[in-house]
Amino acid sequence: MSHELTYLEAIREALVEEMRRDDKVFVLGEDVGAYGGAFGATKGLYDEFGEYRCLDTPISESCIIGVSVGAALRGYRPVAEMQFGDFITCGFDQIVNQAATLRYRYGGRAACPLVVRAPVGGNVAGGLYHSQNPESWFVHRPGLKVVAPGTAWDAKGLLKAAIRDDNPVIYLEHKYLYRRAKGPVPEGDEIVPIGKAAIRREGRNATLVTYGAMVMPALEAADRMAGEGVETEGIDLRSLAPWDKEAVFASLDKTNRVVVVHEDVKTLGMGAEISAAIMEERFDKLDAPVMRVTYPDAHCPFSSVLEQHNLPNADKITEALRRLVAY
Amino acid sequence: MPSIKRHKFKLSSEQLLEMLYWLKLIRSFDERLSILVRQGLVRSGVYSGIGQEAIVVGTCYGLRTEDYICPLHRDLGTFLIKGVPAGVMMAQMYGKATGLSKGRDSALHSGVPELGIFGNTSMLGANAPVGAGLALTFKLEQSDNIVLVYFGEGASNTGDVHEAMNFAAVHKLPLVFICENNIYSYSTPIEKSMAIEDVADRADAYGFDGVAINGNDVLAVYQATQGAIARARAGEGPTLVECKTYRWHGHSEHDKPFYRTADEEAVWKSRDPLPTFTSYLRGQGVLTDDILQGIDQRIRTEIDAAVAFAESSPEPSPEDAATDLYA
Repeated sequence: MSHELTYLEAIREALVEEMRRDDKVFVLGEDVGAYGGAFGATKGLYDEFGEYRCLDTPISESCIIGVSVGAALRGYRPVAEMQFGDFITCGFDQIVNQAATLRYRYGGRAACPLVVRAPVGGNVAGGLYHSQNPESWFVHRPGLKVVAPGTAWDAKGLLKAAIRDDNPVIYLEHKYLYRRAKGPVPEGDEIVPIGKAAIRREGRNATLVTYGAMVMPALEAADRMAGEGVETEGIDLRSLAPWDKEAVFASLDKTNRVVVVHEDVKTLGMGAEISAAIMEERFDKLDAPVMRVTYPDAHCPFSSVLEQHNLPNADKITEALRRLVAY
Repeated sequence: MPSIKRHKFKLSSEQLLEMLYWLKLIRSFDERLSILVRQGLVRSGVYSGIGQEAIVVGTCYGLRTEDYICPLHRDLGTFLIKGVPAGVMMAQMYGKATGLSKGRDSALHSGVPELGIFGNTSMLGANAPVGAGLALTFKLEQSDNIVLVYFGEGASNTGDVHEAMNFAAVHKLPLVFICENNIYSYSTPIEKSMAIEDVADRADAYGFDGVAINGNDVLAVYQATQGAIARARAGEGPTLVECKTYRWHGHSEHDKPFYRTADEEAVWKSRDPLPTFTSYLRGQGVLTDDILQGIDQRIRTEIDAAVAFAESSPEPSPEDAATDLYA
């Protein structure tokens, strides 16, 4: 059974269900309480669960994540909200040096089951400090898991998986999708396993690998290419750490051509990693170089004229696919 | 500065002698470590706590197993008082498989959840928000367990410490902040890092009590901490106890503290917490030569056994270098 929800409602539904299921789950962050969160993801939680399971915090991102580490050590499952993903920099130390290393330096005798929810991405005229895509910072650090849902279904299922995971999970929710991505969401307890990609579209001529807000324009580009007789396989990674190498390689073995699309900047982004992995392990399968369609190595400007120039879109992805198959 | 009511306490002769035992054991442990570093047998960073033992013993003595401590790099003794065997701590410093970290890290970066010990990272001050998170869980459980967070006067300048103090104050958490003011952050003297004399004054800004005490007097430390702990257990919120002290060695065993004067060192060494407490116990008729010899003999045996255990312990298995990253 499923019902139609927006991406944002799906996040909220996951939180409510997990908090009802397990009283060790609590949410904390700036304005998450009676106000319901800057985007409304925690609306109603305060009324149902009270101020200590839906905890308004001071503007202290490092403290929010540090508090989550302490609570996680005692068996709680905190879900910390960064009001904007950009603000996660203020809690960076607590994530990469504290949470990520905890189990390792404890000789495996402790776990750190926390979730940091971070609204990321652009295309909302947010400007420099409300539009960043921070996935590479965290994918780069062992000890963390990183997920980036691109549909309402996955927004719910991956958040449930993240909350139940015994490791620190960075949950990157894309702001552009909050109200624009609407679709079926399972009722009840269905989780989307971390580390498993979804094949959104079958194809045999080229493989598109993407995630988050780029899933929609990528599939649009694939549809256009179908009109030109090119069948593109569309892979939505959903999880970035670990990422589903098996699914990507299986598709490459079939199509021999790959383009990676992400909204994050190009240098050392997911595209670089996926491309390098293919070079190392599947070089002989390639009929064309792995291509990347990404944000340029630039900041995210406020003016939509400037931002749209930088953002990857269906046109740019279509163009890359044409070059890929013509190679 | 608000004054803290003097806490009345009564310790039996056995308890007083036990405190002396801990003071001397911790001193001996650090002295032996110092020798082992010079012999090249211990290669990890060793941050000697010699001169500051009264703080460790005065704050930790009598804690419950469930009470949590978040010590800093110079507080090896807190692990011992909380129940980690001396041999395991020595193996930790040797980087052996039998150490808490199984060779992944030395020093105090590991922890022991079942003994209520949170291991810090090298980002000083970063343990304070974690301590707040641990204390939050005690509050949520309506237990009367408490948390001690340790930091130096240097780390009192970090945002994390301020964020944690503010958060703890807002929620009246069962938390005691222990500042070990030993005048130097590595080589930087206090007057170059703070424009005030007492770190304790900072508590006032957050709405709780701070007190500056003689950190070389184990009973003064015990009295102040017990007062703060009693308030924390009673749900009256955090307290800051600033212990004025001095570290005898350099920042680490690799640092020759040429930035200090011989006069300054002589003054502080004349305030050695051990002889002060020893003469006090003699004056009280609690300590005799026989008892002292007995304690010294016991400690020699224990330290020798700890070194032997570490020396004879196996090196970590190479295949363990990349395990325990994920639960």
